[in-house]
Amino acid sequence: MGILDSLALGFETAFTPVNLLFCLIGVTLGTAVGVLPGIGPTATMALLLPITFGFDPATSLIMLAGIYYGAQYGGSTTAILINLPGESSAAVTAIDGHEMAKQGRAGKALATAALGSFFAGSVATLFVALLATPLSRLALNFGPAELASLILLGLIASITLASGSTLKALAMIVLGLLLGTVGQDIATGTPRFTFGQRELFDGLDFVSLAVGLFGVAEILRNLEGSMVRSVMVKKVQDLWLTRDDFRRIRMPVLRGTALGSGLGVLPGAGHVLASFISYSTEKRVAKDPQEFGRGAIQGVAGPESANNAAAQTSFIPLLTLGLPANAVMALLIGALLIQGIVPGPNVINEEPGLFWGLIVSFWIGNLFLVLLNLPLIGLWVKMLAIPYRWLFPAIIGFAAIGTFSINLNAFDVYAIAFFAVLGYGLIKLGCEPAPLLLGFVLGPLLEEYVRRALTISQGDATVFLTRPLSLTLLVLAVVAFVVAVLPAVRRKREVVFVEEDDGPHPPHPPHPPQPAQAGPRDGASRP
Amino acid sequence: MKLQDARKDLLAGAVFTGFGLAFAVTSTTYEIGTALRMGPGFFPLVLGAILVLLGISIAVKGFVAGEGGDLGTVPWRSLVLIIAAILFFGATVRDLGLVPALFVSVLLAALAGRGVRVVPAVVIAASLTALSVLIFVVALQLRLSLIGPWLGG
Repeated sequence: MGILDSLALGFETAFTPVNLLFCLIGVTLGTAVGVLPGIGPTATMALLLPITFGFDPATSLIMLAGIYYGAQYGGSTTAILINLPGESSAAVTAIDGHEMAKQGRAGKALATAALGSFFAGSVATLFVALLATPLSRLALNFGPAELASLILLGLIASITLASGSTLKALAMIVLGLLLGTVGQDIATGTPRFTFGQRELFDGLDFVSLAVGLFGVAEILRNLEGSMVRSVMVKKVQDLWLTRDDFRRIRMPVLRGTALGSGLGVLPGAGHVLASFISYSTEKRVAKDPQEFGRGAIQGVAGPESANNAAAQTSFIPLLTLGLPANAVMALLIGALLIQGIVPGPNVINEEPGLFWGLIVSFWIGNLFLVLLNLPLIGLWVKMLAIPYRWLFPAIIGFAAIGTFSINLNAFDVYAIAFFAVLGYGLIKLGCEPAPLLLGFVLGPLLEEYVRRALTISQGDATVFLTRPLSLTLLVLAVVAFVVAVLPAVRRKREVVFVEEDDGPHPPHPPHPPQPAQAGPRDGASRP
Repeated sequence: MKLQDARKDLLAGAVFTGFGLAFAVTSTTYEIGTALRMGPGFFPLVLGAILVLLGISIAVKGFVAGEGGDLGTVPWRSLVLIIAAILFFGATVRDLGLVPALFVSVLLAALAGRGVRVVPAVVIAASLTALSVLIFVVALQLRLSLIGPWLGG
């Protein structure tokens, strides 16, 4: 099937009224949680997973994906208007975007962000479409040994780009892998770590883990401080960009798009990295670098394009290899598994409608987002005023009903409480929850592939090293690991994340999406 | 390096070592098998051992080069109320029914907020319960009894 046929099929799938509607619902919800304090896309998607159970697989993924990239738009809005990035990747946008807002140019900043994001999203979507087929074809040659090595590479690479302690991230991955082994062993049926509880025979529930770790644990963090925020800009006007503005943002948008498309493919916090690098690049090439930090429109255009392009291309490893690049992608794997679809290179051939429909929906979703975010900006500004004391009981209530409704099993609800306490404790001790989720999702797959590879090779463990593709992947994993631990690289990496720290708000660690909150906690718990 | 500065890393190391030990020790009660025919215990045993090593490394690194940092405050009251809210829902949703179970849970959760008084919390709980019934039962057709057997539903 040629790329045009594929895209035609995608348009056919994405343009059904139901899918259009849920794409709109997804991006609207995404924008809302991007704007709202204290709830990010990861938690929202986890909360909505149970609801998607009854949907068509394509509809479910289109909506969930929309929440993810919609949140990128919403996060920029709060970054510009009140200097609180709702999303970690919008932290850089706040530096110049909020300055522009203070000078009464909020409308221009928002328009730049939306148009830059739309352009970047569209180009990156094309990039995904072009790269998907060849990559899937390559991955189809993978045997169990290659797949095991690939998962290992994915897990290790995901910590290379993260901020914070490498050792702790590794430990979180291993803990996730271990939690993934709970339940009946696939090969022998032996129940493992179930304490004799029948409810645990199918393993720990994915939704409980995600909701506890990303939803409830996050609420507990937010309740440490007070959640008061003031909206400075009550009314946004003058959304039009002048010819001169367009001239100034043209190159930053193009560079940001290229940077984001490339970096987004990398596991971990590709989109955060992309926006930071884009900002420093623009600052470096600008004729007047002093303007940066004082409301430079290029400082909004570049990073915004970069993070949205990266948000789009981070779907590539998921769609072609079945490998989640970050926690959000791990949730999408969960959504696929709930629908009975095993993620991997086969999806493109077995579910072409789902695959291409999802890609086309990215483009439609980005178009919706421009329409939602520019003319309706007033609505989102109003939404900023929703008090947190209303928000978090709602999240708790929805989490409990939603999780219970999947299996009508009280045990899944108790598991939320367990993971909330565990997640909160670990976050307090400086461990990011995202690697644990990745490990949990990939653990059973890793175990299965390792066992299968060793059975085929008759117990010869060198099979991972003698097969050239597998060896290449393992070498890459080792390189990624060395890069992650090497002190020199580490320092440089910290610099990338901290360089722009002269802004009023420190850049946030990539995961989980940070609550927009000012308070004593800010300085204390950040690495 | 003072013990104070390493506290976070020591605790994290202890948590990971504890989990690693628990998984590894339990694994030995299952069949380990050989590399050719891995038993159910093989994979978790290896991972458990790795986790113990990582936990110890984190603790040691904390002693040598602890990043320090205060643990910050823990909102104990909120923590207890929110966990209680979740557990209450799980325990009673079948027997009390969705409406009362959810109302009490959301009320408990709402009270976890800072300086939230009882009357506003009741208002929040009542409206959120109504909203949830609309979303989950009316719109999404979830089959849950609104009033459970304990209340004669």
